[in-house]
Amino acid sequence: MEAYERLTAARAKGRPTGLCYIRNIFTDFVEMHGDRRFGDDKAVVAGIARLCGMPVTVIAHEKGDSVKEKVSRNFGSAHPEGYRKALRQMKLAEKFGRPVICFVDTAGAFCGISAEERGEGQAIAENLMEMMTLKTPVISVFIGEGGSGGALALAVADEVWMLENACYSVISPEGCASILWKDSSKVKEAAGCLKITAEDLLSLHVVERIIPEPEPFDGIYEMLQSELSHALLEKKAEDPSELLRKRYDRFRRIGAGA
Amino acid sequence: MKLPKSLFQKPENPLEWFDSRSKSSMPDIPDQMCISCSKCKAILLTGDLNENDRVCPKCGYHFRMNARQRIGLITDADTFREMDRDMRSSNLIGFPHYDKKLWHARLESGENEAVICGTAEIGGNACCIFVMEPYFMMGSMGTVVGEKITRLFEYATEHSMPVVGFTVSGGARMQEGILSLMQMAKTSAAVKQHSDAGNLYTAVLTDPTTGGVTASFAMEADVILAEPGALIGFAGPRVIEQTMRQKLPPNFQRAEFLLEKGFVDEIVPRAQQKDYLSRLLSLHEKEA
Repeated sequence: MEAYERLTAARAKGRPTGLCYIRNIFTDFVEMHGDRRFGDDKAVVAGIARLCGMPVTVIAHEKGDSVKEKVSRNFGSAHPEGYRKALRQMKLAEKFGRPVICFVDTAGAFCGISAEERGEGQAIAENLMEMMTLKTPVISVFIGEGGSGGALALAVADEVWMLENACYSVISPEGCASILWKDSSKVKEAAGCLKITAEDLLSLHVVERIIPEPEPFDGIYEMLQSELSHALLEKKAEDPSELLRKRYDRFRRIGAGA
Repeated sequence: MKLPKSLFQKPENPLEWFDSRSKSSMPDIPDQMCISCSKCKAILLTGDLNENDRVCPKCGYHFRMNARQRIGLITDADTFREMDRDMRSSNLIGFPHYDKKLWHARLESGENEAVICGTAEIGGNACCIFVMEPYFMMGSMGTVVGEKITRLFEYATEHSMPVVGFTVSGGARMQEGILSLMQMAKTSAAVKQHSDAGNLYTAVLTDPTTGGVTASFAMEADVILAEPGALIGFAGPRVIEQTMRQKLPPNFQRAEFLLEKGFVDEIVPRAQQKDYLSRLLSLHEKEA
């Protein structure tokens, strides 16, 4: 399948969003709100739940379902407070020894005056730094769109998995086409050039695993439940300093042959 | 010193560099002798401007400055030792026309990549230093930029040295796709390690510092300084204008705006930077 078709599937109306995964994979979900600094960003959902009995911290971008909900969740494009809320929950996960699972689905961090004046760049940067040394296992699963820094801010993980049709890109193909070629009709071409599909990223060693999308789609929850609990139990058993060393190396080697 | 041609062109919108067509349609200034100040419109002789460290003598506007000139301005004479000078990017994901772009960038800047790294002394204080190069694809961060900065921080951690970094960047380099984005995480990892070992990192943000560089090592410093008037932000102003469909306030995303919002520690004019950094480094000197 062409990159652009994948992108269209990743953005398709009706594709399950973050909360669907939270509700169907975990039990006893308790949502936690706010970053304790500015407010509560509904583009990011965070809380505690059980995964096959094991307490975990769950964080997800949430694009919303109905039009009204999409607007209230800013279409899954988070402000700085969304990333700060996520980091706060990750720090609590570290404190209580809970693994962290992030579901990534965002066109990107929000681009607007409100986000800039509250330090969008600083908030993302802080997450990258802090997640790198978070002393608990972290797995990020890309369920739809993975837009640039706004996706990476929830994806500095021990393992990154991508659904078959999920995408992950340094810039939206639209943005790339309009900047490089001043021609937004070249989106398809840009999508191909940028190497954004799960297959591309697996071959570039940026992700560890591709999760096939079953038919009917609902089968994915059971599959993810068992895969996540299996992987996290394994990581939990690892020596924390070894875990962090591997996490550092995971990113350190990308582009090191330059 | 031979200066790149683009030094004599009027500073453009920070994102303008992406578009080669608009560049070629820019009027050539005869003899490249004069330049008009973007702020006060005064006509300045380029020789005078360079002698004044590329700051307008009339209004104090800070023009862009190439990395070598900046190293000369900030470090003590004959103390700079460059590291990884020969590292060059290649077209890792086969992006169309990237090879040509790289070739052009090397020619235009006289550098192999968009950052220069090394060790130096500033007012007698030993440090590691990186300076990004605006005339190499507007300081965009690809794998080589990420790798050089990471190696510098690793070297600094190993030798317990402070890092001083001058940023200028249009953001992650899209021609290297996701591998560029990963450099944000990689550099952040090295900064964190350096920080956790108790070392000082000072960043000086210069015009423009945007995108993936703002959202990684530019904003991760212990002390964040900025040049007057520098554009600093995550999203570019044009993107925001298009999203919001409204004009942005005049000072928006400028160094002064960030100071007011609490995201930079101080705005330091170019002429005072060396003294300022020297004092800061000396205040953090480790007991022997």
